[in-house]
Amino acid sequence: MKGIARHIRLGRVAAFGLAAFFAAAMLSGPAKAEYADVVINNYADAAGMRPAVFPHWFHRIRFRCKVCHADLGFKFKAGGNQITMAKIIEGQFCGACHNGEVAWSVENCDMCHSGIPGTPTHFHGSTVQRLVAPPYKGLDATKQVK
Amino acid sequence: MVRKSISSYALGALLLAFGSSAAIASDEGSVFQSEGSWMVADVSTANTFNRNLKKDKDPNAPPPEDGIHDAENPGTHILQAPKESYVGLPTTEFGNHVDWVKALDDGLLNPRWERLDPTAEPFVLDLDIVRPVKASVPDVVFPHRQHTLWLECSNCHPAIFVPQKGANQISMSAILLGQKCGVCHGKVSFPITTKSCRKCHSKPKPADWKPPLSEATLKNPWK
Ligand code: HEC
Ligand code: HEC
Ligand code: HEC
Ligand code: HEC
Ligand code: HEC
Ligand code: HEC
Repeated sequence: MKGIARHIRLGRVAAFGLAAFFAAAMLSGPAKAEYADVVINNYADAAGMRPAVFPHWFHRIRFRCKVCHADLGFKFKAGGNQITMAKIIEGQFCGACHNGEVAWSVENCDMCHSGIPGTPTHFHGSTVQRLVAPPYKGLDATKQVK
Repeated sequence: MVRKSISSYALGALLLAFGSSAAIASDEGSVFQSEGSWMVADVSTANTFNRNLKKDKDPNAPPPEDGIHDAENPGTHILQAPKESYVGLPTTEFGNHVDWVKALDDGLLNPRWERLDPTAEPFVLDLDIVRPVKASVPDVVFPHRQHTLWLECSNCHPAIFVPQKGANQISMSAILLGQKCGVCHGKVSFPITTKSCRKCHSKPKPADWKPPLSEATLKNPWK
């Protein structure tokens, strides 16, 4: 009797376990990448390329923010710079460095186009993404008790 | 009697299903342990111990295992693993788990200020701006020094902040929505977590400071 009960329980346990495993596999994937990695996928997927992944941590060891965000004109917005290969080979954006002079050049497609296909443009590990609920919006002045 | 959470069931089932315990370490003991300890799950499968807690298991995973790089792409395996490059750098408990400011101050890193000239130096402004906070947390000190080590004045002025003390309305909700300080903090610079509040909220309140009472308390009819 006890034995049977345990069997049933273990069956159920295994089912939960598998469900939990797949849930965990789906969730834990994106949750592990390095803080501040940017996936850029405005156009790449549609052109049959993997999305580009830009590692902030790697570049900030070599350059201060100012080099890219002031001198090279990268706006503070993931996907907000409409980067294309035409601009890159003209020496804009990534192409200001990935030109075989400052850093390895552009024919190394798969160094940049390394994202999992279908991953949307996003900023990895941002505080907003990690919140359990949407960010708190303060009471607006009209609703605030005076 | 020890109560088991669903996660120990899940771990146990994984051990059963895949027959390997090497990859999974459970500090909650074995599923087979004792009778009568299944209460939570027997009532409802909804009652896991943590429903919403998110924790970084391996905060600096190498690219092929990090969930955004495609392991089938040959280039992925040539990319550097963060942990490999962070060796010797001062650590923190959030973000990249690297204290980027201290790394510069200690001379461990010297990222370029100009794309081509490795000897160019930043124009550093040593000016602290204190922002008194109406809540019980310590007041905010905005240090120009640490910022101008990395950034140019034009990165913040005037698009994000008018350069005038007190002229900008800043609140935590704006920051969490990615505005004001939140343009960078929570994206690239250190994020907003319990462990980082004190980095910004760094000036203790005067000893006699008390939080203001809300109107509803002052006029509470049920008091
Ligand atoms: C230095 C990094 C880098 C390298 C190297 C690189 N790309 Fe890109 N590429 C990007 C970025 C960033 C984008 C913008 C992605 C987006 O928004 O979808 C992009 C976009 C694209 C696009 C879509 C937009 C367009 O221009 O049509 C294609 C196709 C593409 N790349 C192909 C290639 C090929 C082929 C190579 C190798 C010859 C290559 N890329 C090398 C960074 C790179
Ligand atoms: C080598 C160039 C480079 C350096 C150095 C760099 N960034 Fe970036 N940054 C980028 C790129 C590329 C993007 C993504 C832009 C896009 O997708 O079009 C980006 C995006 C951002 C964003 C936008 C986040 C959002 O809300 O979408 C912020 C904020 C940012 N960077 C801050 C910084 C800070 C702070 C530093 C210095 C610690 C820094 N960056 C250093 C290239 C750089
Ligand atoms: C200011 C110059 C600069 C810009 C702009 C720049 N990079 Fe880089 N990047 C570098 C340098 C330098 C390296 C190191 C090259 C080396 O290891 O030889 C590098 C390396 C990389 C790497 C390899 C990291 C590793 O693990 O070895 C990737 C991926 C990369 N860049 C992607 C990009 C993308 C995508 C862009 C544009 C969105 C970009 N970079 C823009 C300078 C730059
Ligand atoms: C990271 C963003 C950032 C950068 C970069 C930055 N500032 Fe500021 N600055 C601020 C903030 C925030 C304030 C406070 C505004 C407030 O209190 O409303 C401020 C205030 C000021 C003020 C007003 C001081 C006062 O007492 O009224 C001046 C002047 C100023 N900044 C000059 C500069 C100069 C010059 C640079 C470049 C060397 C610079 N800032 C770079 C964010 C920045
Ligand atoms: C344009 C981007 C940007 C904005 C906006 C910004 N910061 Fe920062 N902040 C940085 C960077 C980059 C660092 C260097 C450390 C890092 O990356 O974690 C930094 C560092 C700091 C530090 C120093 C940490 C230390 O270890 O000494 C404090 C404090 C801080 N920020 C507070 C603020 C506050 C408060 C605001 C808003 C009033 C603000 N920051 C707005 C980019 C920014
Ligand atoms: C990047 C810097 C930064 C970090 C990190 C930060 N704060 Fe703030 N906080 C501010 C600024 C700036 C204000 C606005 C101060 C003012 O009124 O001028 C503020 C205001 C507040 C207020 C007053 C209410 C409001 O929204 O104005 C509270 C409460 C608060 N913070 C709590 C926290 C807690 C808790 C944490 C950690 C989870 C935290 N803060 C982390 C910068 C920061």
